Amino acid sequence: MSVAACPGCVATPAARGDAAAPGLDALVVSLPDIHCAACVASVERGLTALPFVTAARVNLGQRRVRVSVTPGAGMPDILAALGELGHAARPLDADLLRAPADARLLRDLLMRLAVAGFAMMNVMILSVAVWSGATEATRDLFHWISAGIALPAVAFSALPFLRSAGLALRVGRVNMDVPISLAIVLACGMSLFETASGGTEAYFDAALSLTFFLLIGRYLEQRVRSSARSAAQQLAALETPWATRLIDGRRQEVRIDALAIGDRVALPVGMRAPVDGIVVSGTGQMDRSLVTGESRPATVAPGDTVTAGEVVMNAPLVIRATSVGNDTTLRQMAAMVEVAEGNRHRYASLADRAARLYAPVVHCLAALAFAGWYLASGDVRLSLNIAIAVLIITCPCALGLAVPAVGTAASSALFRLGLLVKSDTALERLAEADHVVFDKTGTLTVADPGQAVLPELDPAECQVLLALAQVSTHPVSRRLAEAGRRAGVAAAEVTNITETAGEGVSGFWDEVPVTLGRGPEGTVLRIGDRVVPVPLAETLRPGARELVRRLDDAGMGVELVSGDIPVAAHRIARELGIETVLAGVRPADKVARIAALSDNGHRVLMVGDGLNDTAALAAAHVSISPASAVEASRAASDIVLLGDGLDPVGRAVDIARRARRRILENFGIAACYNLVAIPVALSGHASPLLAALAMSSSSIVVILNAMRVAR
Amino acid sequence: MNVLVILIPVSLILGGLGLAGFFWTLRHDQYEDMEGDAARILLDDDDPPSEPED
Repeated sequence: MSVAACPGCVATPAARGDAAAPGLDALVVSLPDIHCAACVASVERGLTALPFVTAARVNLGQRRVRVSVTPGAGMPDILAALGELGHAARPLDADLLRAPADARLLRDLLMRLAVAGFAMMNVMILSVAVWSGATEATRDLFHWISAGIALPAVAFSALPFLRSAGLALRVGRVNMDVPISLAIVLACGMSLFETASGGTEAYFDAALSLTFFLLIGRYLEQRVRSSARSAAQQLAALETPWATRLIDGRRQEVRIDALAIGDRVALPVGMRAPVDGIVVSGTGQMDRSLVTGESRPATVAPGDTVTAGEVVMNAPLVIRATSVGNDTTLRQMAAMVEVAEGNRHRYASLADRAARLYAPVVHCLAALAFAGWYLASGDVRLSLNIAIAVLIITCPCALGLAVPAVGTAASSALFRLGLLVKSDTALERLAEADHVVFDKTGTLTVADPGQAVLPELDPAECQVLLALAQVSTHPVSRRLAEAGRRAGVAAAEVTNITETAGEGVSGFWDEVPVTLGRGPEGTVLRIGDRVVPVPLAETLRPGARELVRRLDDAGMGVELVSGDIPVAAHRIARELGIETVLAGVRPADKVARIAALSDNGHRVLMVGDGLNDTAALAAAHVSISPASAVEASRAASDIVLLGDGLDPVGRAVDIARRARRRILENFGIAACYNLVAIPVALSGHASPLLAALAMSSSSIVVILNAMRVAR
Repeated sequence: MNVLVILIPVSLILGGLGLAGFFWTLRHDQYEDMEGDAARILLDDDDPPSEPED
């Protein structure tokens, strides 16, 4: 076969699909909920039926749709259309998602894998003939044909190993590819020499199957790594990149990075502030829970500052941008987090640690075998053959194949649960975690206006509360009023009701002054001199209770560290059965708490979503944040939860632990196999047939074992 | 043994055809969305939606 014209270049032409058709905009939307053929059909048919959509193609594996639209139509139209079709949709940044380098690398490896597989099978057929007794001229002919197939195939397929080994040697290091390359090159060279001199033993099939199995491992590893990278990119792209700019009273949809200092930005209700700014017009409440962890909304009026990441709750605002892009508080936090993350990058995976042990041992063994046999027999050819047999037999299949196979199986199981794994060592670190720190607001709880429960008040107080609550547009009031109406409470007769922004609603009930408003510890109802606290009702995130119980059963310590007021934190902790609670904690104290736990020997899993959690997320051994979290938090965490429920977290811990167990088992299997095979090789009894059998069987056993992770 | 002169080239050519077929599938993006392609077989569209031009 010909490898003169690199097939890799043929199959992976440079930058395919980079040339966008003029006048057509391709938009990419994430659809986390699609899962079947019916979803694919409904999305594609629904979108292509729209007049401004020219084409739509769903990628079910990545849960995305790529849409081409006519000029003029944009992301908001597509999102609205998908919403009407009943699919949760999140806009993605098509520019960030384009990773042709990764795709090309994967294709390149697949190509080399195919060539190695093809050559391996052909050489194996010829080798079977030799093993079953072909002699003299036939054997020599078969050896020559094998060499003709194997040498070019190895030269092409084993290139990634040879290149990496060369790079390592040039800087004076030894990595796992050095013994691999050595084994492949020596086996080919020695077999060629044997063939030329009419010898009986050729290791062409061993060199090829070694290349083949290790390429499978390399391919899987690359897939895990590029899917981790694309998860990170997907998230960077998740933040809505659009904002409404006001110019001379006209509204204009622009990308957030096009905003400049001094621009007036309209923030409709429900919008997350894209930049830091000062309120120009409008008075309303901002949800700061993502930024500070407080569940209590803050009131802003013209002249007040708004930080990027805060969400507008009840009245549209217009702000004047004071810092944009990388200068916003949000981005600055993200930059701080990068620094904190440094120590996590130093984490050495199990495979790395094993490889560090493995490479020198193999080299020493092979060198010792050569030296020993040379001293004993004085025969260079025999000694070299035995040294090569040792190198081939000790092939690091468990390292090179089993670890990536486990990683692939585990991360695709997690993706099906709705978890994006961003870092390739996250699973191993998750498996080691023995203590869980939860943030409260936005993580264990979600603010759900329709779900408020009335506090334990007597009926008269309830009636007053409802009377005051129903006149206000404050989100807390609206929640209380809704809950009151649902409970069938009649409003009391309260007269002279007035509302002061930021203070509350007050009036008179039978001459008694009553107020619903701010107290030192959250919302309070004042009736005359009496002060009744009105704890804010937060809804537990679905699955929170089950998750806490599950972690408890798994023997992990669970604690709640919240920036919110003690009353609210303790109430949620009681509801969930969490005993250790720290409330009113500032971001730096959260980090200190995690550091203290780590110093006590705990491996901490941090689950949080707010800007006040980012540093803690980065400091923890491993961290998870929900998709609703601010960009900085998602950037700081290893795993992101795409769905609303929390229960996948518990299952993720299970899967991670099982994956770790499989990896260790595979190391054990490999060690046993080496314990048997190395003495055979050292004593000079290893034949090419034995090497081929041992290598294939051990590779297949570790792969089958790895597959059990997903069960 | 003379039959080998025919058999070996034939086996290599057949295997090579398989390899060429694999290269062809790689070139045509057939491994981009295997889950989606598995699901699409269930759709009975007469004219499938066109690929977005990107």
